Amino acid sequence: MATTTLKQEQLRTDVEALVEKLGPGRSSLIPILTDVKRRFHEVDSESMQTIADVLDIHPVEVYSVASFYAFLHGAPEGQFVIRLCGTLSCDFAGKDAVADALKNELGVGFDESTDDGLFTLEWASCVGMCDQGPALLVNDQVHTRVTPETAREIVAACRAAAAAEEG
Amino acid sequence: MATTIETKGNALTYETIEAEAGLKAALAMSRADLVDFVRDSDLKGRGGAGFPTGMKWGFCAAEKADQKYIICNADEGEPGTFKDRVILTRFADLVFEGMTIGGRAIGASLGIIYLRAEYTYLRPHLNEVIQARRGAGLLGHNILGVEGFDFDILVAMGAGAYVCGEETALIESLEGFRGEPRNRPPFPVVAGLLNNPTVVNNVETLASVAAIFAKGTDWFKTFGTDKSTGYKLFSISGDCEKPGVYEFPWGITLASLLEEVGGTGAKAVQIGGASGVCVPARDFTRALAFEDIPTGGSVMVIGADRDILDVAENFLDFFVEESCGQCTPCRLGNVQMLEAVKLLKKGECPPEFLAAVKDLGGTMQVASKCGLGQTSPSAFLSILEGFDDEIANRAPSA
Repeated sequence: MATTTLKQEQLRTDVEALVEKLGPGRSSLIPILTDVKRRFHEVDSESMQTIADVLDIHPVEVYSVASFYAFLHGAPEGQFVIRLCGTLSCDFAGKDAVADALKNELGVGFDESTDDGLFTLEWASCVGMCDQGPALLVNDQVHTRVTPETAREIVAACRAAAAAEEG
Repeated sequence: MATTIETKGNALTYETIEAEAGLKAALAMSRADLVDFVRDSDLKGRGGAGFPTGMKWGFCAAEKADQKYIICNADEGEPGTFKDRVILTRFADLVFEGMTIGGRAIGASLGIIYLRAEYTYLRPHLNEVIQARRGAGLLGHNILGVEGFDFDILVAMGAGAYVCGEETALIESLEGFRGEPRNRPPFPVVAGLLNNPTVVNNVETLASVAAIFAKGTDWFKTFGTDKSTGYKLFSISGDCEKPGVYEFPWGITLASLLEEVGGTGAKAVQIGGASGVCVPARDFTRALAFEDIPTGGSVMVIGADRDILDVAENFLDFFVEESCGQCTPCRLGNVQMLEAVKLLKKGECPPEFLAAVKDLGGTMQVASKCGLGQTSPSAFLSILEGFDDEIANRAPSA
């Protein structure tokens, strides 16, 4: 419990700082959720309560918004969220082979996360790279003309980046 | 350039527009004349709906309010559409110039560009361009020395919801709510963001506004047809040799377009993305124009070897995921349609069920609140109509 409390105190300070910057209005909710998600890779119920307190709205309002948006849903996600475009043009370009390569390489299916907390695999609605599919996003970065081979390289690069970060 | 990923295509008129020529021309006119000028160009919204831009601005300009907004809709989520990504990467200044002219015309002091979460990598580039414009006196107080003309632009981020491309859902999202479309009226030009009069324009519409002010309405009308003036950017993908962003005048036939992009021999073309229609090869003489096949510019080429039901299934999967769930016909109807496609693929769809689903499609078109629900059955219904032979003659799978 002690660590959770510490996290919530830190979160409260951070959210208050964001509200200071963005304004106290309800409009700040989505930027706040985006920021919390980016840093903690989840928005748990205590975080929702904290955000609600700072914005002076009911926590269910926070949940309602978080659960609506594909990029904000509260469930825990890996450090790297891989979103493979599922749209027709990427489908024609061979997205299924890339999907299989990612599932095999990561050992998880879509809408699942790896046990080490590094990866979450998801489908994306069109990512706007239809002229050079198959395309995928790794967090904010876009990769195009992905093949099963380059998909494995992308995963390897993420693993290397995470290892380097740990020292 | 915010991204090194280059999209190919043909030469774009935007490349030839002199920087800030449109804004300077606009600032030499009276506010009322600005709206008339856009009206005179017959520019229609480039996001897909095709509402006359001058009329939209006129409604908003006529409203009396302390605060108004102009929003640039950069929530480019329609499957197969990527021209706004290219415009924002290569011509962001032109878009912001168009927003600034719009702000002047309707009396707004703040513009907001709503950028989809999938394009987060473009955000630093857009912020840099905005910052540079502030530094150059093109945003901020007394723009270009015009006393009392204050206007600034902010970037706001979406969070992954196709429906937020619908203007009232976009506004809900900006206000910090679920992106659920509002009932209209009131329209956003009367009561939009925070209940203030608000114009929402597509990225390409705003870039075209800047081009029209730079070169004139007569110039703009030399392109296109009587009812669809100007040129349009098309996002072309799928089974063709040269996918990319292409500019064509309105009125181009599908046959000529396919020739340009190396897509001859296609069995069909999906126009307008998942919410659009599937046009079979026998109709390739038809034209892309508001009076024939209107579109926001998504063109997905479907090659001769593709199973047309895979196309329908892909789009219905998409709508089942993206329906916001408010209206029952859309929430449940898309699930039923997907079920029908799966049965059709197996050659096991009972005719009564198919008839019921077609009927349901009609209900969805009239009984959904927003464009998503209204258009979600279009692709499937057009495929049933256009590819009857391929679908009906399928043998039941073992």
